[in-house]
Amino acid sequence: MEFFVTLIQVLDSTIRLATPLLLACLAGLYSERAGIFDIGLEGKMLMAAFFSAAVAAVTGSVWLGLLAGIASSLVLSGLHGLASITFRGNQLISGVAINFLAAGMTVLVAQSWFQQGGRTPSLFGGGRFTPINFPFAESLSGVPIIGPIYSELLSGHSILVYVAFLMVPATWWILYRTRFGLRLRAVGENPAAVDTAGVSVVGLRYAAVAICGVLCGIAGAYLATALQAGFVKDMTAGRGFIALAALIFAKWRPWHAMGACLLFGLLQAIALRFQNIDLGGVVIPVQVMDALPYILTVVILAGFVGKAIPPRAGGEPYVKER
Amino acid sequence: MEKMPKWADVVLIPLISLLLAAILSALVILAIGENPVEAVNLMVTGALGSTYGWGYTLYYATNFMFTGLAVAVAFHARLFNIGGEGQAMLGGLGVAMICLYIPWPHWSIALLAACAGAMLFGAAWAAIPAYLQAKRGSHIVITTIMFNFIAAAFLNYMLVNVMRPQGSQDPATARFPEAVHLPTFQSMFSTAENVVFRGAPVNISFFVAILACVVVWALIWRTRLGYEIRAYGHSETGAVYAGISPVRITIIAMLISGALAGLMAINNVMGEAERLVLNATEGAGFIGIAVALMGRSHPFGVFLAALLFGFLYQGGAELALWTSIPRELIVVIQALVILFTGALDNMVRMPLEKLFLSLRKGAE
Repeated sequence: MEFFVTLIQVLDSTIRLATPLLLACLAGLYSERAGIFDIGLEGKMLMAAFFSAAVAAVTGSVWLGLLAGIASSLVLSGLHGLASITFRGNQLISGVAINFLAAGMTVLVAQSWFQQGGRTPSLFGGGRFTPINFPFAESLSGVPIIGPIYSELLSGHSILVYVAFLMVPATWWILYRTRFGLRLRAVGENPAAVDTAGVSVVGLRYAAVAICGVLCGIAGAYLATALQAGFVKDMTAGRGFIALAALIFAKWRPWHAMGACLLFGLLQAIALRFQNIDLGGVVIPVQVMDALPYILTVVILAGFVGKAIPPRAGGEPYVKER
Repeated sequence: MEKMPKWADVVLIPLISLLLAAILSALVILAIGENPVEAVNLMVTGALGSTYGWGYTLYYATNFMFTGLAVAVAFHARLFNIGGEGQAMLGGLGVAMICLYIPWPHWSIALLAACAGAMLFGAAWAAIPAYLQAKRGSHIVITTIMFNFIAAAFLNYMLVNVMRPQGSQDPATARFPEAVHLPTFQSMFSTAENVVFRGAPVNISFFVAILACVVVWALIWRTRLGYEIRAYGHSETGAVYAGISPVRITIIAMLISGALAGLMAINNVMGEAERLVLNATEGAGFIGIAVALMGRSHPFGVFLAALLFGFLYQGGAELALWTSIPRELIVVIQALVILFTGALDNMVRMPLEKLFLSLRKGAE
């Protein structure tokens, strides 16, 4: 029974930790499916985390915070679009620049606004997203097996968690069942064909980059206003890159992205709870758990477990023929 | 016909990009309620106003020369090595092992061995991404990013569980023995009555870095291998037609790149800290990207850009000390330099090309 309680707790924290990964991963999915590589997920999340926490702290409204987070992430998306779509620059270099811009600007502005060494004041009350309790969660919690699963695992998360998981079927539907989705995928594989059909490559790619910005904004706001109560320096801690890893792991598909993010979230939850794991004589150090998402991604990229083939036109600016 | 003269490409565009980055940085300083002119004054006096300031500026510049050269060599083969950070961390591990586990009679021999160890470990860390790119087509940018994180976890493990001295809480190795301490500029250039570079970490590795610039220049422009690397970078199909093996060039270019990034460890680990600590690299591997872009991947450009970033780094530290502007201002400037010299290069280039074309038409 004790094992079951621990299991529920670990899975519960898996869901919490997987949420920002999933949002960022889906953000990357839209962008990369449209042929725009984005290694700036980390920076956009960080920027959104700061501005959401800052605005929530000043106004006391977490919803205004969320909007501010999304807006700040969209600004960086616009910059990425300007560099990689309009000026046909190197998308990878632009992503690197965005990550550093966010890392520096957040601390700079935080210090200037709040004078607390690069962090925002702690959020409380209306400044945070509160857990949503499902109906009867309290009364059902006594039922064996199903009770804890319903009331601990599924109920009691903030609204952004449910938004993130609902985004998975939504993304699948948009990508595979709508005209926009078809064009989006086409523009990442063969932009010339899309152009020939009279659809604007530039417009589609900007749309994809904008969706990416919105989702990264939600991911960042979740980090600072739901998972934790306020912004601290470098709080994304490589999550943007884990999301990127999950995207490759999932081979750029929405349902698999959810699986990959849950797996990486589970690894984080285990590392957080157990530190060094003793497997009857063999001790797995916590650092192995930290590094595992990255190692798994390299193994996948190496093509030893099925080959990960990115969208064909990914990373290449589109030049219209004259 | 060239769209614009070579000097414009090599000098004018980087200068304009730098100017744009500087203007935006000044606006940022204004926006957080500080005076940009005063800030620049403080930075100049702090970084260049004394031999102490110069000592730090040159120390940072040494790091950035190594990592900048590392990125530049990979750029010549049209490979983007973001893994300089991880390769430099592993280089540190190599240096620490050589300094700690082998009793050296004199620092000069130890330095040679440490160089070899740093290069070996750095190159080894670049070897796997290189192999995967060359043989299995895994994108080098993604794999080198992943290897940065794996390197950080690995180093953390080595320092906490293996190399930490007994009884110490600090995740760091023991201090290196006296015999392997590198001579600093203070001990090299001070006279009895006039002590210069007092307490500054700049050391003999600075000259190793300059030597590395010269060697890389010779390698890229004066050897067959350098020619092959450049040819492959210009056109893969052309290189294949000329009998150059893409697999070989990818792997060799990345090994050289990793070795150069690893070599940074003789400066920060052996020269400055004299032990291996967590986060010894302090992001220098990433600054290498800005330095290589700014220096147009030419060793002399890298040398100048590294000096500039050394100045910014030391000046930024002084700013953080005397004003309420945090050190992260440097990260913003670094981001803007990468943005303008790298990603938004065409924004500066296109109008300039038009300008030069119209000037030429006017002259004819």
